Formats: sequence, C-alpha cells, structure tokens
Amino acid sequence: MTSLSGWELALAFVVFPGFMFTSFVGLVLTWVDRLVSARVQWRKGPPFYQPFADMLKLLLKQTVVPAGAAKAAFLLAPILGFAAMCITAVLLFYANFFPETSFVGDLIVLVYLFALPPLAIIIGASASRNPLSAVGASREMTLYLGYELPFLFALVVPVIHTGGVIRLGDLVLAQQTGGPFVGSLSGAIAAVIVLICIQAKLGYPPFDMAEAEQEIMSGVLIEYSGVALAMFRLTKAMMLFLMPCFLVTVFWGGLTSWWAILKLLAVVVLVILIKNTNPRFKIEHALRFFWFILGALGIAAVILAFVKL
Amino acid sequence: MKDPRVWGLKKSPWVYHLAAAPCNNCDIEILELLTPRYDVERFGVVLVGSPRHADALLITGVLNRKSLPRVLEVYEQTPKPCLVIGVGTCACGKQIFRNSYNVVGPYDKYMPVHAYIPGCPPKPEAMILGVVKALSKL
Repeated sequence: MTSLSGWELALAFVVFPGFMFTSFVGLVLTWVDRLVSARVQWRKGPPFYQPFADMLKLLLKQTVVPAGAAKAAFLLAPILGFAAMCITAVLLFYANFFPETSFVGDLIVLVYLFALPPLAIIIGASASRNPLSAVGASREMTLYLGYELPFLFALVVPVIHTGGVIRLGDLVLAQQTGGPFVGSLSGAIAAVIVLICIQAKLGYPPFDMAEAEQEIMSGVLIEYSGVALAMFRLTKAMMLFLMPCFLVTVFWGGLTSWWAILKLLAVVVLVILIKNTNPRFKIEHALRFFWFILGALGIAAVILAFVKL
Repeated sequence: MKDPRVWGLKKSPWVYHLAAAPCNNCDIEILELLTPRYDVERFGVVLVGSPRHADALLITGVLNRKSLPRVLEVYEQTPKPCLVIGVGTCACGKQIFRNSYNVVGPYDKYMPVHAYIPGCPPKPEAMILGVVKALSKL
C-alpha cells in the first residue's frame, strides 16, 4: 500500500476499516449470534447493547495475573491476535475497494494473519500455568494442524481457476468479469470447506473442544480476566466479521456491491446455525474429519479445478 | 448511571455456580433457572466455566470446615468487583446442621454476601428476585 501517506495509513488501521469499524461490526455480529441462538432455543435473547455492556464491564474489571505465570507472555498474547485482526481488516477491505493497492501474495499473508489468533491463544494459555488451560492449548494446536490443511487446499482452487493469481485484488477483479468461483463445482466444494474451517477457527461447536466449558472450564481462557479477556473476546468478534468477509471476497464475488452485506449475513447465520445444531467433536475425531474427509474433498476440488470444472 | 463500572455489572452479570457441599437440590434449581424457559440471558446473565470470568458467585450448601478454604479460594480467584449470593436455606444459616461439630457458620462471617435467597430449594423466580435485589443495592 505505497499510495497511502502516513496518517492515512494510521487512520485506516485505527478507524476505518481497522480497529473501530471492525470491532463495532464484530460486536454487533456477536449480538446477532446470541439472538439467532436464542431464537433457535425458542427464547427472547439479550438486548442489542449486550456485547457492548459485556466489553465495558470486562474493561473496567480487575485483571488477575495468576501466581507463577509468565507475566509478559500472558498479558501480551491477547494483543498479538488483536493486532493481526486489525491488519487483516485493512488488507481485506483495501483489496476489495482499491484493488490496485493490493500486492502480490497478499492471499498468503492473510492465511498467516488468520493463523495468529489461535497462536496467541496457545501462547497465552501456555503462559498461564494452569493444567486445564494446557489441555486446552494442546487441543487448540491439534485443531489448528487439522483445519489448516483443507483450508490451504480450498484456497488453491481460485488460484488455479485464475491461472496462478495470488493477488487478492486480481481475484476480486477476475470474479467481477468471469463470475464468482462458487458458481463452479470445485469452487462450491472449496467454499464449503472454508465455511467449516471458519467454524473451527472461531472455536464454535462442533469444534469448541479447546474452550469446552463443561469439561475443562473454558480451557484456554480459564485464567484470563478483565482487560485481557476482553481483548480475546474482541478478537473473536472481529474474526466473526472478517472470516465471512474473507470467504465472500475469495469465493463469492467480493464486497463491492450492496449484495455483499446480505451474503455476509447469510454466511454468519449459517455458521451460527451449524453452531447451534451440532454437539462437540472429540479432538481425535475432529482431526480425522479434517484430514481424511475434508482433506480428501479438498484434493478432489483441486483436481476438479485443474480440469476446469 | 453515575459509575460505568456499576452499569456494566448490572447489565452483564456472569454467574459462576459454586457448590459448597450442597444436597444438589438447589443446584438443580439453578440449572433450571438457566434453561430457555426463564431465559436469564435477557438480562445478560451467562453461566461461565471459570471463576476468573465471573461477576456473581451463586453459593449453595452449608459452610463446613472442609469447604471453607475452598470457598475462600474461589472467592479470592474471582476478580473484583463481584457479587456473592447465597442460594437456599442451607446457605442462609446452619439450619438442621446447627448442632454439627463440622459446621462453621454463615458465609458473611468470612466474606461480604450481597443477598441470601431462602427456600429448600428456592424457585427460579425467587432467585431472579434475589439477584435483582442484590444488583439494585449497588
């Protein structure tokens, strides 16, 4: 993004589309999440300001650092994931609305940025010196190894369709001229794979074994309180907005038309419905599911993409 | 609306369910309270798995020598400000265990308690009333 001056870049990271905009929309989407879950369970659900009240309360509460924890890693880990999501928001939105500002390989950069929030959770959980949170961290790591393989297979599909383009701006432009990738068979399979990987990246059921509240008491987040917990929840909220944005950008025609808002809502509601209708996997079942079922589907999608289906 | 801290606590009290040697009756009623039928998420109440996330401790059971250090530890693990709400007749006093060698007395001898909810077990409506009273005292 060489065309932006210093203060414009700062504005992009802090106000729009970075920190403020993304976290606001993300928190509203967590309200949508809770509302849809409530409707599924035939109840009324919380008021719209509920996520903001939660945030305010957590920010004003005491932050406890457990005795014996690695203090710096424990408190800096939430910032890592949070900062990664701010950068992701800027890259994603500029690639959509100003395709000329995106650079070669930003698709790969985004894959790595989306890997940072789980990494932050693993670091924070390991630093907290709690056996249950260590169990959670090991599950998070296993899960990450599981879903990253089909996720990468799925992302190869649009790259093959465009003949080796790894620039997000060009992927968006290619979809505007040649139709969205989800219209082809291989693209549809890849989009479904990415949807399930979103579920796992967000840590929603059926892939919430790292945070399993009933068996390991919130697992990775067990020792977090106050501001640090608020940062983790904010990161999750931003991911709830950015992961569907990424799916729509790469497979479903980009974010430039007004229809994109409906598409985003459709993806988010689909994720929430999967969340509400599935019980939790065991970790070994999840790994098997990702590697041998989704992985095989991913390879099939790649082969189909090579024969232009 | 003087103190944002109080407002946040009133609008999103996350509860942690602390069973200190109860007979399980109150615990079943607490679970009943959290079912969709009463839908306490309307008021922002969420059941959390760790005392570090909690704003309100729902304590059930009569306090005895064995459970006292555990209860105090969980109370110290909870970030402040936090509410303590005793649920059930046992938590309100010593009741039929008053002559036991093992019972060390009511909770407010050891920590500030914001509300006691009597009943054996209390109905979920009574618990909502108790939490509302505890919150409006803030």
